[in-house]
Amino acid sequence: MKWLNPFFWLDDKVSPRWRGVYTLFKKELLRFWRVAFQTVASPILTALLYLLIFSHVLESHVKVYDQVSYTAFLVPGLMMMSLLQNAFANSSSSLIQSKVMGNIVFLLLTPINTLEFFAAFLAASMIRGLLVGLSIYLVALCFVSVPTVYPGWIIAFALLGSALLGTFGIIAGIWADKFDQMAAFQNFVIMPLTFLSGVFYSIHSLPPFWQAVSQLNPFFYMIDGFRYGFFGHGDVSPWLSLAVVGSFLLALAWLCLKMLKSGYKLRS
Amino acid sequence: MKIQSNSPSSDEVGFRFLWDSERSYVAAAIEISGITKRFGEFEALRGVDLRIEQGEFFALLGPNGAGKSTLINLLAGLLQPTSGSIRIMGHDVQTDYQRARSALGVVPQELVFDPFFNVREMLRFQAGYFGHGPENDAWVDEVIEGLGLTDKAHTNMRKLSGGMKRRALIAQALAHKPPVIVLDEPTAGVDVELRQMLWAFIQKLNQQGHTIILTTHYLEEAEALCERVAMMKHGKIVALDTTRALLKSHAAKQLSLRLTGPLPTQLQSLLKQQNGDEVVLALSELSQVEMVLSVLREANVAIQDMQLQEADLEDVFLNLVGNQKGASA
Repeated sequence: MKWLNPFFWLDDKVSPRWRGVYTLFKKELLRFWRVAFQTVASPILTALLYLLIFSHVLESHVKVYDQVSYTAFLVPGLMMMSLLQNAFANSSSSLIQSKVMGNIVFLLLTPINTLEFFAAFLAASMIRGLLVGLSIYLVALCFVSVPTVYPGWIIAFALLGSALLGTFGIIAGIWADKFDQMAAFQNFVIMPLTFLSGVFYSIHSLPPFWQAVSQLNPFFYMIDGFRYGFFGHGDVSPWLSLAVVGSFLLALAWLCLKMLKSGYKLRS
Repeated sequence: MKIQSNSPSSDEVGFRFLWDSERSYVAAAIEISGITKRFGEFEALRGVDLRIEQGEFFALLGPNGAGKSTLINLLAGLLQPTSGSIRIMGHDVQTDYQRARSALGVVPQELVFDPFFNVREMLRFQAGYFGHGPENDAWVDEVIEGLGLTDKAHTNMRKLSGGMKRRALIAQALAHKPPVIVLDEPTAGVDVELRQMLWAFIQKLNQQGHTIILTTHYLEEAEALCERVAMMKHGKIVALDTTRALLKSHAAKQLSLRLTGPLPTQLQSLLKQQNGDEVVLALSELSQVEMVLSVLREANVAIQDMQLQEADLEDVFLNLVGNQKGASA
């Protein structure tokens, strides 16, 4: 069954120039796949439990868009939430573990350059985030019908969201010196920004003040743009969401590359 | 045996020589020029100059805090120097870091490992980071066999014993077949069997042309293996010579005697140690033995037992860097 393994086909074909980045990408993919119960199955189960509980409690009480059930409304939000959290968790946990264990030295001794380092960690994070998001969608389809009005927007926001949080994860992984700092980052930054971004509600249901506050949260634009792709409805224009998310991604990628190039907390 | 390149363009990962259109020349394996490194107020390295030729087996010795690890971290690009430059196989570690790192394999002092993978996977990943693919698998297998890891090739790194982890660590540094290998105290906490196996393998690599730079706590290892030695103290190199020349120029011979009477006053200046009727005299030259015997004869003191000991690297080390408490090589 080894022909089912994509690396079986790729290993021989990668040129020496690209083998460094390819190997790091492969290692990062295998790292989370080896513990797939924890890194893939577990977030899928968590998202489905949210779906089950919230839809059961609120289905008959909340109506966000006409002709869209609350359960269907929840699905893209939960997909995006899990996608973002897992993209972040992949790069951040890999880096902090390597730093604490000390084995990051094996990477720092290699000729892999800043951009390759960034690209390999980012790509693996994106794949984990997208895999979890897609799996939630496929399982949710067993319970509820979810339309896909603009697949292009869905793909664009899934890619941008996973890239943004993957980059954020690299920054956090470089910055944090211990697991405690990483947990604080995850629980006090990522989690509140995700939960307060409209995963479970439309910001139009909030008072004006909180609507304005929500619009300062970049996670809101990722979820709203993503949801627009499914239903053709959003709280703001998908173009505005695209501009905000794209700008944040560029800014974070610039910061991340600058940190890597300077050797911040990696090469003292 | 020096390793020869086939052509001037053999600038791939691994062995490479610099080539000049007018004349061919061999770049130094390591060339360190005026390196200083400050950590805030503390000056860890104060102007180190060092050239290590290709194919050498070189020892870098010094007490704790002398600056050896800082120097190795600078070689590996894990630290940036305050001033000065370092070239590995002719490539600057700052401006041409990719080629410099490709030429270098470093065995870190700490037992670090990736807990997600087995030995063979880790070695293949490590080689892959340096641009090597399946064509390098034969070399990886050779390293695994050479270091006695064959039985453990499919064992997860975290399940290995301390000695096996140390072997895997060394194997990782060799996975991309680097021409310059730095071993930072590779035998710390390692049993005799592994130490012998390791040195046999490293000597074989050296005979094949790899340059070996070694730091070790075991001075007898450095003395037995290394052709040249640098001794560091307070961030400076205080001695740099062939092992033989260092032993000759810095160390005294020791003459141990068991005497029937007291040591004559003329010999008191040579006395290094006394334990009852046993005395140890420090001699700077072999010719002093004749003088000692003559003085003892004149004083009617008979010799019951006599031993002449050659100096070893530990004597040179203590002589040069001082008998500091907690000193290590």
